[in-house]
This record gives sequence, C-alpha cells and structure tokens, in this order.
Amino acid sequence: MNFKLTDMQKLFQKTIREFCEKEIKPISAKIDKEEYFPWDLYRKMGKMGLMGMTVPQKYGGAGIDKVSYMIALEEISRYCGSTGLTVEAHNTLGVGYIYERGTEEQRKKYLPKYTTGEAFVALAITEPNAGSDVASLQTTAVLEGNEWVLNGTKQFITSGDIAGITIVMAKTDKTKGVKGISAFIVEKDTPGFKVGQLEDKLGVRGSRTAQLFFEDCQVPKENILGEKDLGFIGVMNTLDRGRTAVGAMSVGIARGALEDSIEYAKQREQFGRPIGKFQAIQWKIADMATETDAARLLVHRAAFLEDQGLPFSKEASMAKLFASEMAMRATRNAIQVFGGYGYIREYPVERYFRDVKLCEIGEGTSEVQRIIIAKQLGL
Amino acid sequence: MKLIVCVKQVPDTTEVKVDPKTHTLIRDGVPSILNPYDHYAVEECVRIKEKIGEGSVTVITMGPPQARSALMRCLAIGADDAVLISDKVFAGSDTFATAYTLSQAIRKLGPFDMVFCGQQAIDGDTAQVGPELAQQLGIPQVTYVEKIEIDDKHKLTIHKQTEDGYHILETKAPILLALLPPASFQPEHPPMSSILKAKKKPFNVWDAKVLGGDESKFGLEGSFTQVIKTYSPPSRGKCEIIEGEDKEAAKKLGDILLKHEALTKR
Repeated sequence: MNFKLTDMQKLFQKTIREFCEKEIKPISAKIDKEEYFPWDLYRKMGKMGLMGMTVPQKYGGAGIDKVSYMIALEEISRYCGSTGLTVEAHNTLGVGYIYERGTEEQRKKYLPKYTTGEAFVALAITEPNAGSDVASLQTTAVLEGNEWVLNGTKQFITSGDIAGITIVMAKTDKTKGVKGISAFIVEKDTPGFKVGQLEDKLGVRGSRTAQLFFEDCQVPKENILGEKDLGFIGVMNTLDRGRTAVGAMSVGIARGALEDSIEYAKQREQFGRPIGKFQAIQWKIADMATETDAARLLVHRAAFLEDQGLPFSKEASMAKLFASEMAMRATRNAIQVFGGYGYIREYPVERYFRDVKLCEIGEGTSEVQRIIIAKQLGL
Repeated sequence: MKLIVCVKQVPDTTEVKVDPKTHTLIRDGVPSILNPYDHYAVEECVRIKEKIGEGSVTVITMGPPQARSALMRCLAIGADDAVLISDKVFAGSDTFATAYTLSQAIRKLGPFDMVFCGQQAIDGDTAQVGPELAQQLGIPQVTYVEKIEIDDKHKLTIHKQTEDGYHILETKAPILLALLPPASFQPEHPPMSSILKAKKKPFNVWDAKVLGGDESKFGLEGSFTQVIKTYSPPSRGKCEIIEGEDKEAAKKLGDILLKHEALTKR
C-alpha cells in the first residue's frame, strides 16, 4: 500500500494549481454569471497539454497517467465547475474515446488537431427519449454506398455547438437493442448536421449544452469509430472512464466548498468570536473534510486500477456515486456555514452547489451507478 | 555554451506568519516553492540556450532533500540536468558559506560560460549570494538584470535596472548575472509533457565528501554572520484614517501633508 503521490504527480498538481489560481480563479464568477466561454483559456490549457491529457505524446497529447489526470480535473474543478466539465468531456468522452477506439488513421487524423485547445470533440449519446436507457436510441445510421446516412436528434450534448467533430451513437441494427449500436465521427460542416438551441441550466452555466439534429447527414464510410454494432461496449468503456473523472470533478468542487468554509469560519464573528470556534460549525466542516478525502481516495483507486490495466468499472461507479452525493452535501453545508452570505451570488459557494448537482446526473445518474454496482455484486 | 543557474527552495512567504512570542517564522504547513526570481532566471537561461541553438543548462541548489522538488520544477521548465548539494554539514550557512559551497559545486562541474541567479530570494531578501558567488569564482557580475540579448558572436547586451532608468552594458562570458523579473516575456507554466520529460533527466545529489573543498568554510562553522535574535519592531506613531467623500478626503489628506511639510505648495 502507498497513499503518496509520486514526485511527478505532485509536480503536476502544483503546476496546474498555480495555473488555475492565475488563469481560472479570476474569471470563474464571470464564466458562471455571463455564460462566458473563455476561448483564450482553452488555448492556454492546450499549450499546457490539458486538452489531451491521457493521449500519448506521439498523437499530440501529454501522455500522463490516469491518476494525474484525476488530479488535474480536481484542481480545475476546484476553481470552476464549468471549465472542469468542458475539459473532462473533451478529454474523456472526446479525444479519449477516439484514442481508445479509433484506428491508427483516425488517431493520426484527429488527435493532433484536437489536443490544442483550438477546437473540441463532443460525444452525443443522449436523445430526447433515451437517457439512462441507451438501448432505446432512435437515431439511425444506414450504409448507402460509401456513406453512412444519419438521422435523429441528440440532446444535452456538452460542447455540442463548438465541437469540430462529434462522436454520434446511432442504431445500425434496429432489431438488436444495445448490440446494434455504432459510433460515428461527424465533422461540423457535414451537410445535414445542425446545431439547435443551447440549454439554460441550473449550474455549470459556462459549459455549452446543445441539441443536435441529423437530417440525412452523410458521413464517409471510414468515419465509423470502432466496430459496427459494437459501439455500446466502446461507449460504456468510455463512460466508465468518465465516471471516475466526474468523481474527480465532484471532489474538486467539494474541496472548494471546504476551503472557503474554513476561511469564512475563521473570519466571520458572531457572539463575540469566530464562528469556527462553535462546535456546530466545526462538525460540519470536519464532516466535509472527511468525506472529501474519502471520495478522493475512491477516485484515485479507480484511476490507479485503470493505470494498472485492471478492471475498474465497479470502482469507477462507486467513486462517481459517492463523490457526487458527498459533494452535494458538502456544498449544501458550505452554504449553511456562510448563512445569508452563502445564498447570494457575491460568494462562490452557491455556485458550487448549483454546479455539482450535475455530477449526480451526467454520465450516468446516481441510480444507474447503483444498478451497475449491484450487478457487479452478483445481484 | 555551458549555462548554470543557482536556485533556492523557499517557503511561500505570502502564506508565512510570524510567531508572536518567538518572532520566528511559523513554517509548519507552509508550502515550499521555487524562489520566483530563480524561476525567471531558469526560464531566461533556457530561452538563451534555445536562441543560441546549442549548449546546456545545469541547475544547482543547496538544501535539504526536499529541495529536490524545486529542481524537478527547473527540469520541467527546460533545464537539462540538476545537482542537489545536500548534507547536514551545510546547515546554518549564511550567504558567505552558501556562496562558497555553490562555487565549489560549479568548479566541480568544470568549465562554464555564464552563471545565473535570481536577484534575491523571497525569504531572506539579502541579494548577497549572487555577488559573493561571482567573487568566489573570480568572474565579473551584473545585478538587477532585466533583459539579456545575445548576438551570433555571443556578445551580451544587458539592461540593468537602476533607480532612475537603465544601464545598457555590453559584456561577454564568463559572467554572473542576477536577474529581476523579466521585462521581455511572461514566465509560463511548463506543459505536462515537459514535466514527464523532467523525470528522465540527469539528477545528481552531492554531499560534502563528494563536493570536496575546505570543510571549515561550510555551514554554521563557515558563516561570518549568525542570527542571535529576531523580533518585530514596535509600531511607530499613530494612524489616522481620513473619512468622507473622495474629493473632500483628498483635500484633508493634502492639508495634513502640507502641514507636515511632506508636500510643498507651488
């Protein structure tokens, strides 16, 4: 057993923390309030290797390990949930998916271009009538000559409107349920592909959430990602990775709630002393610290297993489930520590609370995580 | 060109508090960082190497084993190899003993062209080690350096900050330069891929035996200065807060300054 980060991981953490303090912290409130999308920030992150973290260097990525990736996501999300989500979706669901499932040609064609922070990759699974129930997808892809013809509507697609390419999950065999789903790479200028409205959300307001339409959208035959009809396995595998990552996001946001609560409890005086001297506040903060640590350990365990090439699906679900629900409690308690000041937008804790709710829903709801865990326990 | 940068790991002084009783720094729980001036020096040095298109950058520090992380950071920024001079014998070194120890390490590394230092460290703020090191090495020095240009023939044009402007100096190697924050570029965060590369770069740890030299000049024994006592000076005078609207407050402030002859009426 060794709970210590390696020298390299510590150096990553320190470097990214300094970067976030300088580049993200000053604009995180603006990102939320104005639904501001800081292109320049993403370019800087691209330069630092944060837009292709686990993609090997030969494809333009940074080539860091999965634990380091989780460390980076925690740091970014600590300062801004919107940025955390945008980075997570692009890294795991976007370039991560292409690296894991793509052919050598696809890797070479797309990865160097999409690890720079100039453009994004989105993953489109969810539809108006297919959320947790992936088997009920209605988007179809039919091979006509040398092209796949896609028809359907996708919903709640992170970075959908700004993505240079979107990975689209579609039914290639309607008779087979989840065993008839394939993935396709759709470039943004493809005729028949249209971006619909952007969602007006409770939290992570600086991340983009779009509806996408495909009307006789023709994509070249070679743009199928992974094997025909076996897309479900690929996407589930990618979602397992995403779950650990959403767990890391949750830990980051909870840490923000914790750190801000400690600082506030030391400064705010009531009844003649700092409120941090009252046990009622101490217990809340002690619980937040304990649970944040527990969640981080679950996240790092899942990432560590993946680094070792061991199965990590159950552990990833556990990490996401516990971390997101823990972060919900932590951010709620942070608002309570701040009292009236926690309820207004002048302080960031209400933003943490709104942002982290997403983590209980996106990339598999808490309920779906419990199903996955139970299944793996043989139930 | 062989370039050497001397760096120091320091407590992040923005987070340091002073113990009100003992008047010493409370270092517990305070993160250690690479001295920011040294960070600039390393980056400037790497840029110079890239500009010349050849040579190497070696970073050196004297410090406890934990100082390794400061050197790793320098390697991530682009230095080629690192030397950590670490031994209990070096504990308690003042600026003279530090400069002597660093000079021994630089001699051991062999012929060099330029030595870079940060202008000062943010913990001690003495700004003495650079000049003392130049003296020990018997080479010229320029301090308060804000900008360095180097031409094809390796002639250096240096902008040295002074109280009322700049001195523009032309010089050549060997030389020691003590650097201020750079005027010509913004220091950057090293990319993740460079941090990974840092792990594979040569890293040497030298103790007093490996280093060699006159042991009586090391550490506390070799130090001319010793800290007998530290204390916070008592606060002086009283503080007056001027209230009111901006214009009105500015007028009041002006009147007070005039009264105390800090300002004169034209």
